Amino acid sequence: MTTTPSAITVQSVSKSFGRGDAAVRVLQDVSVEIGAREFFTLLGPSGCGKTTLLRLIAGFEDLDSGAILIEGARIDHLAPFQRPVNTVFQSYALFPHLTVAQNVAFALEMQNLSAAEVRRRAGEALEMVRMGAFASRKPSELSGGQQQRVALARALAPRPKVLLLDEPLSALDLKLRKEMQIELKQLQTEAGITFVFVTHDQEEALTLSDRIAVMQGGRILQLDTPRAIYERPAHRFVADFIGEINLLDGQVSGPGKVRLDCGAEIAAPADQAAGARVTVAIRPERASLAQGGALPAEVTHAAYLGTATILQLRLANGAPFLLRAATANLPEIGAHVTLSLPPEALQVFAA
Amino acid sequence: MNLRRLPLTREISLAVLVYLYVPVVVLIVYSFNANRTATVWSETSLDWYRKILVNPSIRDATWNSLVLATAAGIGATLLALAAALGMKSRFRGKGLVEAVLNAPLILPEIVVAVATLMLFVAIGIDMGLTAMIPAHIAFCIPFAYLPIRARLQGMNPSLEEAAQDLYANRFVTFRRVTLPLLWPGIMAGFTLAFVTSLDDFLTSFFLSGPGSTTLPVYIFSAIRAGITPEINAISTVMLIVSVALVVTSFLLGKMRR
Ligand SMILES: Nc1ncnc2c1ncn2[C@@H]1O[C@H](COP(=O)(O)OP(=O)(O)O)[C@@H](O)[C@H]1O
Ligand SMILES: [Mg+2]
Repeated sequence: MTTTPSAITVQSVSKSFGRGDAAVRVLQDVSVEIGAREFFTLLGPSGCGKTTLLRLIAGFEDLDSGAILIEGARIDHLAPFQRPVNTVFQSYALFPHLTVAQNVAFALEMQNLSAAEVRRRAGEALEMVRMGAFASRKPSELSGGQQQRVALARALAPRPKVLLLDEPLSALDLKLRKEMQIELKQLQTEAGITFVFVTHDQEEALTLSDRIAVMQGGRILQLDTPRAIYERPAHRFVADFIGEINLLDGQVSGPGKVRLDCGAEIAAPADQAAGARVTVAIRPERASLAQGGALPAEVTHAAYLGTATILQLRLANGAPFLLRAATANLPEIGAHVTLSLPPEALQVFAA
Repeated sequence: MNLRRLPLTREISLAVLVYLYVPVVVLIVYSFNANRTATVWSETSLDWYRKILVNPSIRDATWNSLVLATAAGIGATLLALAAALGMKSRFRGKGLVEAVLNAPLILPEIVVAVATLMLFVAIGIDMGLTAMIPAHIAFCIPFAYLPIRARLQGMNPSLEEAAQDLYANRFVTFRRVTLPLLWPGIMAGFTLAFVTSLDDFLTSFFLSGPGSTTLPVYIFSAIRAGITPEINAISTVMLIVSVALVVTSFLLGKMRR
């Protein structure tokens, strides 16, 4: 381990809105260490507290308890304008009465730089997002994607230690969003800045992040690399939220054995006592069609995707099952098949 | 449903417009009438405008009205701005404060005017501009408040946060972001307050003292001696000033966007 302090440390942070009986706990004892130059993502469904955590770091909300440190120094008592972080707002929040150049120069002017220096660095920031040609336009004369770029340039211009981004791409259409994802990642690498990125889009999180914190109901359920979160979800909720997954309810029937509710008994890494209710999870691409497999099913639908086909199957108890299969030798719709579920591809969650 | 397709919509709209504006048009037309009797047309002339320009009573009344409306407009706008900014935060009794702020819109003006008169007499304030200015400020506040409040409510709250995020302290945030964005609302509020004060008769009538007669009070006393084309001319000038103010403020507001 190195001795350099983390870019951001969030220690046991709790936050409620409202008072007395009407109080709603929005964050409960959240702790995170975010490393320097890390692309860190807060991922979770709407209302889980992502924005609130970001606003606490930026200083727009006050903590109930806990502490927030940047590079080892406490900042949670500082006003927003005293914190070395900048935010890219979900609504972009570009100043409508200022030109693009004036927007980008705003923070630089606050830093008492010389006029020449302000102009030079604002120009640089605009070039970085390829918006130099639009310097004298007003924000209302730009498209959504262009406004997004200006918001990025404005937040990056004063070279903050940390950039906070609240669903910055959610207002863009799919194609533009994919392009901006790549640009964002490049910018982050080039500028060498720590990014704290908020999204409810799991695919976006998996693509961009060095690490992801999956949140639900004001808590961090799992904090890990995208790969670990996809392959070894620590909770049923995480498994369900990230990517496609089959969740099969059943009961532990013996050491390493689970009897599913459809009647089939499968080998699974269950460490619960016999009789315990569990959920067995498997990704659609990890199961396979195999003669003599443990899980009987009936094919109900097939969706051809080019490189693969997604088969929708129905188990004996009517539960659905998704299978991603190679396109060769596909069974017919209505065919009865058996599936092989490799134990190392299974995860077992207590129900 | 398309309203325009309804039978008689055009005719009714036209009738309402005529009903609203015919008296004003008649007043304007007769202000250019040479005849001494205001209701008998003889020929076109600017005599009455020349007369009001040299009439010292009218000059004084105009001056008083402008001083009063400017002071009331500025005072009411500043207070309304402070009130609107204060109403951004949540606090107990906010609804009540909002109602009190807007009370002058519904309170019978005659009651307030009499009450103010009695209060000022009781505490020994002389009638005249010193009495009229605070009274005008009071009833002009809601007219200045409503457009500013509307503008503030339409403002994205993230903008002020963005300014603070970009290292502007509260004061700089206000000066560089909040104020410029509120400006059209402030201008509209000032204009409405100014015009409301300019037009006021009741309060001014009760509180004016010697030498502080305003235009509406002058017109009222002059009309008791009979309707003259002079009054038509003064009224036309007042109308033009009011409309010009509102239009200018509207255009200024448009330009800033
Ligand atoms: N200022 C506020 N007052 C009251 N409740 C709030 C406030 N801000 C957020 N909340 C509530 O806190 C919860 C979390 O909100 P938020 O952090 O915005 O979630 P997310 O960004 O993950 O969608 C929501 O239930 C929301 O209604
Ligand atoms: Mg949010």
